[in-house]
Amino acid sequence: MELKTIAAPRVPVRYYEGGSGTPLVFLHGAGGIMPNDPFLAALAKKYHVYAPLLPGYGDSEECPEIRDMLDFTLHSWDVVDALGLKNPVLAGHSMGGMIAAEMAAIAPHDISRLALICPAGLWLDDHPIPDLFSTLPFEFPQLLFHNVEQGTALLTAGMAVDDPEWLKGFLVTNARQLGMAGRILFPIPDRGLAGRLYRIKAKTVLIWGDGDRLIVPAYAHAFRKGIAGSELVVIPEAGHMVTMEKTEQVVQAIARLG
Amino acid sequence: MKFTWFNLMPWPHLPDDFREKNRSVWVDIDQKLFDPVKSNAVYNTYLDLLEYADGLGFDGVGCNEHHQNGYGLMPSPNLIAAALTRRTKDAAIVVLGNSIALYNPPVRVAEEFAMLDCMSGGRLVAGFPVGTSMDTNFCYGQIPSLTREKYAEAHDLIMRAWHEREPFAFNGRYNKLRHVNIWPRPIQAPNPPIHIPGGGSVETYDFCIDNTYSYSYLSFTGYIRAKALLDGYWRRVEERGAPDKSPYRAGFAQTICVADTDEEAQRLYEEHVLYFYNRCLHVYPGFADAPGYRTIKTIQSGALSQYAPNFSFATLTWKDLVEGGHVIAGSPETVRQRMEDLITGLHVGNIFCLMHVGNMPAEKCMYSTKLFAEKVMPKLRNMFPEYKDDSRFWCHPIGNRAKPGSLPDARELAAAGGR
Repeated sequence: MELKTIAAPRVPVRYYEGGSGTPLVFLHGAGGIMPNDPFLAALAKKYHVYAPLLPGYGDSEECPEIRDMLDFTLHSWDVVDALGLKNPVLAGHSMGGMIAAEMAAIAPHDISRLALICPAGLWLDDHPIPDLFSTLPFEFPQLLFHNVEQGTALLTAGMAVDDPEWLKGFLVTNARQLGMAGRILFPIPDRGLAGRLYRIKAKTVLIWGDGDRLIVPAYAHAFRKGIAGSELVVIPEAGHMVTMEKTEQVVQAIARLG
Repeated sequence: MKFTWFNLMPWPHLPDDFREKNRSVWVDIDQKLFDPVKSNAVYNTYLDLLEYADGLGFDGVGCNEHHQNGYGLMPSPNLIAAALTRRTKDAAIVVLGNSIALYNPPVRVAEEFAMLDCMSGGRLVAGFPVGTSMDTNFCYGQIPSLTREKYAEAHDLIMRAWHEREPFAFNGRYNKLRHVNIWPRPIQAPNPPIHIPGGGSVETYDFCIDNTYSYSYLSFTGYIRAKALLDGYWRRVEERGAPDKSPYRAGFAQTICVADTDEEAQRLYEEHVLYFYNRCLHVYPGFADAPGYRTIKTIQSGALSQYAPNFSFATLTWKDLVEGGHVIAGSPETVRQRMEDLITGLHVGNIFCLMHVGNMPAEKCMYSTKLFAEKVMPKLRNMFPEYKDDSRFWCHPIGNRAKPGSLPDARELAAAGGR
């Protein structure tokens, strides 16, 4: 994958591009994209992948003017337009799934294939989503992974909490990334998507790890009810980071969109 | 010097094993630990103590705003301030302050502060904190990375509401108001003096300097640890080209305990000080700083708050706290010396004296307060003679203020009826 920059109307946008075939736009979750992300690499074996970073993620420029859900949605459409793409497969994980669903709802005739991987965006009082923003680094693996031990190894690689300079860098990254994510996820990741899901016309596949402890599978059913004709693929022995834990199965599920 | 007697109003009945059994004193504190019936006496004693401080000649009595917090029983500081307008006589009423991004619409603050100023005869000192992340983000749901923008807009709206004499339209991002026209408006025209509590944000330094507001550092970790932060502030005052370095441009909160001797201070106050530092400050680190609440510039400057992830919950001893300067405690002479070090070291003219500590009972608190007022305060009064006329950062009460209980007596009433 290659990291590039494209000029979108509000801000220059950094994006990963790689692979060949049908164009697919992937919108990342609140954690962003890892360098050499294995999921993107797997997607790129089948698709021409474009994975834009939200402003403030990775080394990309921040954009204070993107404040609310409509701003996020239109910005993401701006990026698709700037990349010159028409009707790409649109996929999003977690927060990215929330944005992708909003994009498909606001412009239902421009997207015909939608893959939502354990998306955020709904709220069920019986299944309150844990507060991501008060979660301490060491608590994340529990929430995100089916295999907590492997998840811990993945998330804590390179951490040096006792080094003040490292800590400063970590806090800056968190402030940039989660600060941006907070605009649509804090304090409750619901910006009214439930009332707009009916507009989605795309063929939609919902992909969920059956052991997701962050956005539990009850949400999968709520999405399925909300999006007419959507199909649910539940992947066993996988948590919220199903893209990392069961990479191939997620790619296969997306492929069901044709 | 301006000495404000400040009460955080801690809940004094947290159990001994609070820290072991609870993850946080703030945000998700156990509801069952609050007893509304007991709180009746707690509130009344705390108000009595504030009134007592007024009678002893403190320049101000102070209160602040916290939410869902075991060491702060004042979600609405204006209610406490309103109660204080009635039975205090001369002290400034220092509300430090209203977290203006949390009021919807923020003209509510302009109105309530105006009421307090009118009711007290111009004794209000108004504070505008951004609010901690615990209060602002986790309790009151403000989006962390938009909190400062919302705060700035609220500030502009409040100031315009106080300054303009005609109704105006306010088309803000967070507030759309077609007819702003506050009624009443404050006695102190056009606005009461303003103090801004801060925790080391560079942006807050500049905001204070540019608007001639006093910067207050309200830490509990004492004057020794505050040196670097206040030095940074004074450097900034210089860099920014402020016309002077008046010590009243800054304030500092300090826990203070006075007794006859140093030994007596430990004997009398140790358990209450330890209650506060080891029990009340037990905040879950996840609530310390919602990502996006602090600006990148502030994080990069390294001025992390006392609640930052590296804040340790080690159990502190009396010796740690006194030697580390968290607490200034001892005989009047010991306290005087250390206060002098604080005042000159930090170059601050406004001292917020935290004299009620943790679960301290009223009689001990009165004893300490009286000794401070009579044996320490007078000796510190004239620390900055060259700035004694700087009245920009303090209230300007009217003369001849109305007194409570001034209704006509029974005879006058009968006479009026017979007319």
